[in-house]
Formats: sequence, C-alpha cells, structure tokens
Amino acid sequence: MSLELVTQINNVLAAFILLSSFGLLVQRRIYGLLHIFAWQGLFLSCSTAVVAYGSGMNHLYISALLTLALKVIILPYILYVLINRLNIYRDVEPLVNIPATMLIGIMLVILSYHLTVPIRQLSTLVTRTTLAVALSTVLLGFLMMITRKKAVTQVIGFLAMENGLFFAATSATYGMPLVIELGVALDILIAAFIFGIFFFQIRTTFDTLDLKEMERLKEGDIS
Amino acid sequence: MIPLLLGVSIVSAAVLAYVGDRRFAPEINIAASSATLVLSLLLALQVYWVGSVVALDGWFFVDEFNVYLVVLTSFVSTTTAIFSRNYMRFERSRGKVGHKAMRFYHAMYQMFIFAMLLALLTNNVGVLWISMELATLSTVLLVSLYRTPSSVEAAWKYFILCGVGIALALFGTILLYFAAEKVLGPGSQGLLWTNLNRVSPHMEPTILSLAFVFFVVGYGTKVGLVPLHNWLPDAHSEGPTPISAVLSGLLLNVALYALVRCKVLVNKAMASNWAGEIMMGFGLLSILVASISLLRQKDIKRMFAYSSIEHMGIATFAFGLGGTVATFGALLHMLVHSLTKSAIFFTVGHAAQMSGTQAMAHIKGLIKANPLVGWGMVFGVMAIAGMPPFGVFASEFLILTAAMKQAPALIPIFLFGVCIAFAALFRKLQPMVFGEPAEGLAVIKAAHLPVFLHMAIVLALGLYFPVLLQQWFLDAVEILK
Repeated sequence: MSLELVTQINNVLAAFILLSSFGLLVQRRIYGLLHIFAWQGLFLSCSTAVVAYGSGMNHLYISALLTLALKVIILPYILYVLINRLNIYRDVEPLVNIPATMLIGIMLVILSYHLTVPIRQLSTLVTRTTLAVALSTVLLGFLMMITRKKAVTQVIGFLAMENGLFFAATSATYGMPLVIELGVALDILIAAFIFGIFFFQIRTTFDTLDLKEMERLKEGDIS
Repeated sequence: MIPLLLGVSIVSAAVLAYVGDRRFAPEINIAASSATLVLSLLLALQVYWVGSVVALDGWFFVDEFNVYLVVLTSFVSTTTAIFSRNYMRFERSRGKVGHKAMRFYHAMYQMFIFAMLLALLTNNVGVLWISMELATLSTVLLVSLYRTPSSVEAAWKYFILCGVGIALALFGTILLYFAAEKVLGPGSQGLLWTNLNRVSPHMEPTILSLAFVFFVVGYGTKVGLVPLHNWLPDAHSEGPTPISAVLSGLLLNVALYALVRCKVLVNKAMASNWAGEIMMGFGLLSILVASISLLRQKDIKRMFAYSSIEHMGIATFAFGLGGTVATFGALLHMLVHSLTKSAIFFTVGHAAQMSGTQAMAHIKGLIKANPLVGWGMVFGVMAIAGMPPFGVFASEFLILTAAMKQAPALIPIFLFGVCIAFAALFRKLQPMVFGEPAEGLAVIKAAHLPVFLHMAIVLALGLYFPVLLQQWFLDAVEILK
C-alpha cells in the first residue's frame, strides 16, 4: 500500500466519521443513535489502524484496538443494557428545527477548517488534512449535547466528542503517548459507569430521563 | 517521598472502602489526611533546602509553586476531615445518608485528595488532564449523596459541564503536544513541564495560542470563570458541606494552577502577555457577574459559592496581569481565600444543621444561639469581604496596587465588583447573626477547631508576613515570569 493510498483511505474514513456526526445530530430514535455511535467508533478504529500501517507507528495499533474494544463493543453494550433495563428503547425524541441545527453544524465544520489552517501548514504528517474533521466532530458532539434534552442522548453526544478527541490525537500527532491514551480511556470507562449510576438516580428521583424536568435549580429559588 | 505522599491517600481510599461505615471510619480519614499533611510538609522542607526536585524518571516534579499548593491542599483536607467527623455523624443520625453512602463518602474523599495531589505533582501535561478528570469523577457522586431531586440535578450539571469543559482541555493538550513534538520529538518527553518550559520560546506561537483558547475554556470551566460557571453554585450548594469546603477551597485552586502553568508557557512562546490578557478579561467578568449575583441569593451555600467565583476571578485577573507584585498577590490570594472559604463553609455547615435549612431567611440569631458559630461566621465574612486586618485584605491590596500601575483603566470595574460583593455579604450576614434565634434549633456538636485555626492563620498573614514564606513566594513568582 503506497502512502498516497493510505492518505486516500484515511480521508474516506474521515468523511464517514463526519457523516456519522451529522447522523447523530438528527437521529431521533435511541437505538438508531446507538448504532450510528458504534459505526463511528468502528470508522475511528479503522482509521487509526490505517494510519498505524502508513506511519509505521506500532503503538497506534494498540490504540486502534483500544478504540475498537471501548467505543464499538463495551460502551455501546453498556448503553444497550441500560436502555433495555430502563425500558426507554421506544422513546422518540421530538426534535425541533432540524434544518437550523444542520446549518449550525455546517458552520461549525467551516469554522474548524478555518481554525486548523495554521496546523495544516506546519504539519508534515499524512493525516494533517483530517484534523479539521476531528475538531468538527468535537464541536458537533458539543452541539448535540446542547440541543438534546434526554439524558441518554446527551451521554452519546459526550462520547462522540471523545471520539473526536481521539481522532484529533491521531491526525495531529500520530497519537498521544500510550500512557496518556490508556489513562484517558480509563477515565472514559469510569465516566460511563457513573453515567449508568446516574440514569438510575435520575429515574428514581424524577420518574423520567427527560432533562426538561430538571429545572429546579434556578437563580434565587430555594429547593 | 512523592510516591509515598500519593500512596497514603490512594491506599487509605481502599482501606476506607473496606472499613465502610464502622464507628472509627472518620478517625481513619483524619489520620490518613494528617499523614499526607506531614509528608507534604517534609516535601516542602526538601524543596526549601535543595530547590526544585524531579523524581521517578521525570514523572513528578516539585518547585516552589506547586509545593505550596500541595501543602495547602493537604492542610485543608485534614481540617475538613476533622470537621466532617461530627458533621457527617449528625447527618447520619438524622437519616439523611445511609451506611452505603457513608462508605462511599469516605473512600471518595481520599480519592479526591489523591487526584488533586497527582494533578499538582505530575510533570506530565497528559497526566494532569487525567487527574483533573479523576477529581471530577470522584466528587460527582458525592454531590448527589443526599439523592434529593435538586442534588441529582446539580450533580448531573456538574458532570456534564465539567466533562465537556475538560474534553476541550484535552484538545488543547493535543495541540500543545503537536507544537512540542516539533521541537522535542515524539514520546512522553514532549509533554513534560520541565522540558516544555525549557523550549517554550522555540515553539510555534500560532498553535500555542490556539491551544491556550482551549485550555482557558477547559480548565476555566473547572475554575468557575464566568460564563462557564453555571455548574459551580449548584454543585457547591447541594453536596454535603465538607465537600463544598474542599471543592471551593481546593479544587478551584488546582484548576487555576493548571491554567497558570499553561499561561506561562504560551506567554514565553508568543513573547507577549496575550494569554495574560485573556485571563484578565475572564477574571474581571467573573468578579463583576459573581458580585452582582451575590445580591440575589437566598440560599446560604449558594451565596458563598458565588463568592468563590468572585475570588477566583480576582486571582485569575492578578495572574493575568503578571509582574512580581500582582503574581505575589495572586499566590497569597489563593492561599487566604482557600483557608477563609473553607472556614466559612464549616460554620455555614454548623448553622445549617442548627437551623435545619440552608435558606438564609430562616437562619436567625446565631450569636445568641451558639456564640462560637455566630462569631465564627462574622469573622469569616469580614475576612472574605476583604476587611483589614485579615489576609484577604493584604492580597487584594497588593493586586490593586499592581493593577493601578499596569492597567489603571480596569480599576473601576475591579473596585465596583469588590464593593458590591462587600455590601451584599454584609447585608445578608446581619440578620443571620444578630437578633433573636429562631424557635426549635437543633443542638449540634460543632467542630470549632478547624474554623478558628483557619481564621487565626488568615489573621496572622494579614498582620505579619513571615520572611520564610515571603522568600518562598518570591521564588514561585520567579518561576511564573
């Protein structure tokens, strides 16, 4: 495989990752979201493996495996179990103004391309062009967390942001040092468990996972 | 020394998780925190004798700046552990927490201390990020310990907002590594503070400036800078009071520490005070917004949470100003704020337990009901509002004089904020401490030692500044230039 081909494959995978981010932004059904999230993790893992092959950096294979295990298998599985246990798989989230959300999303992508210009000029890596996609994924995850009102969808938005960060590390620097990546992965795993505990706490105290109910803490009020 | 220091808290977290809700668990918690305090004082002595220390292949490093925060962290965590002994027993006797919650509380308390010490002592920017996230994760379920709807909501907000913030800080870390890799080559070496500080003038300024934006938003969320502060009043008011004390007094400092380290790096690379100016902006905005919000508060812990935002704003502003006087003032301000604010939270905890509510309208006549609690609160509020002769006055005065010289145009905003906060705090304080106490106050076993120990130190620092401490701070200022 030539370097040219590696770059091209990586760009295609980056396009898929971006596409899945937009998919997350507008998908209403919870199972649908979970599937898209798992696919995004798979694309990310493949992309990391391709970059590992192209650059000859062996530690990237480990992070590819880590991504595969964490983002494609463990986290979606935990969420799947939680969704079933909490009986919310039939929930459909009403989304207002999909076109407006999409437009904001597109503007965020343009912004990320603009912000990463100095880095693209300085970098010599084959992956430099995908950094903008990574930043877009982070920002789109952010947007998803703002626009969604259900606890589960916010969590998926959060995890999509983490996907973007892993992708950014691969494309800017061929990955962070392995110790750091392992530490970050551990933190995410702990966070996922805490999310799980939270779902139950929210469910038992509010009878719903809809965060619209959570508006008790306002300025000047006393609970 | 350093592995031992970190080891005590992590091992005692495990021990406390095993011990659970037995009778002597709070005492183990106190013993563990005191051991950490002794070790950190020894570490400070070591730094005092030989200067900065790099340990374990460069994974850890201590200089005058972080060792002072290490000592502060272990000191306040020890006094908070003493306070929490009686406080949590009372909560337990009222049935607000069960035995599972108590087990969790003690284990996570030590875990939180471990995370903060690791963040302070590590030499690696990546590990700093990991431990900051660990500090959030270990406290998030403590905020929802009481399982009331509002505490669950507060904890969720804390988790989500700080999680998002810290994710952006990770992006900043990646960009920093990218810039460092060009100079230092790949591998962990490119993330060590000691190496980064050495090569910072050769790093690419455009990338570092972009990284700093992400750092400000990321770690700034944890410092509680406006407009990223939304989680802070909720988390500080809904959790158990000992946790409010350590969140306000310690975690905010640790986050600010991370931000200041980044600022030094970016300023050197850009050969200007660009990063400092951004911090000044955020700092001033925080002072202004927090002091105005202070006026509208009805919940006592919420009010002091806003006061924390204001004081963190002052410290951020002063670090942003740069220069010897301002940086010295900022270091002193972090120290005295942390001591005063935790002391205030201790008395607030006592007052709330006596009155059975956190609503200020229902807390009345504290001096008559319990003179030590009442006067403790009066002195605490006097100190935090910046009245002489307390230490907060000294640090704010230093910062003000530096600002007078370096940025006179910003003085009105600064003074306006500080004055509003002063007025707001005193207006709310008077009915709470003076007058006749409300009916049916609970009798509590208050822990007065932590409160008055903190206040004595703050008072002493306002009256007389030891030469040893002065030299220590001046060395730290030198590092931050």
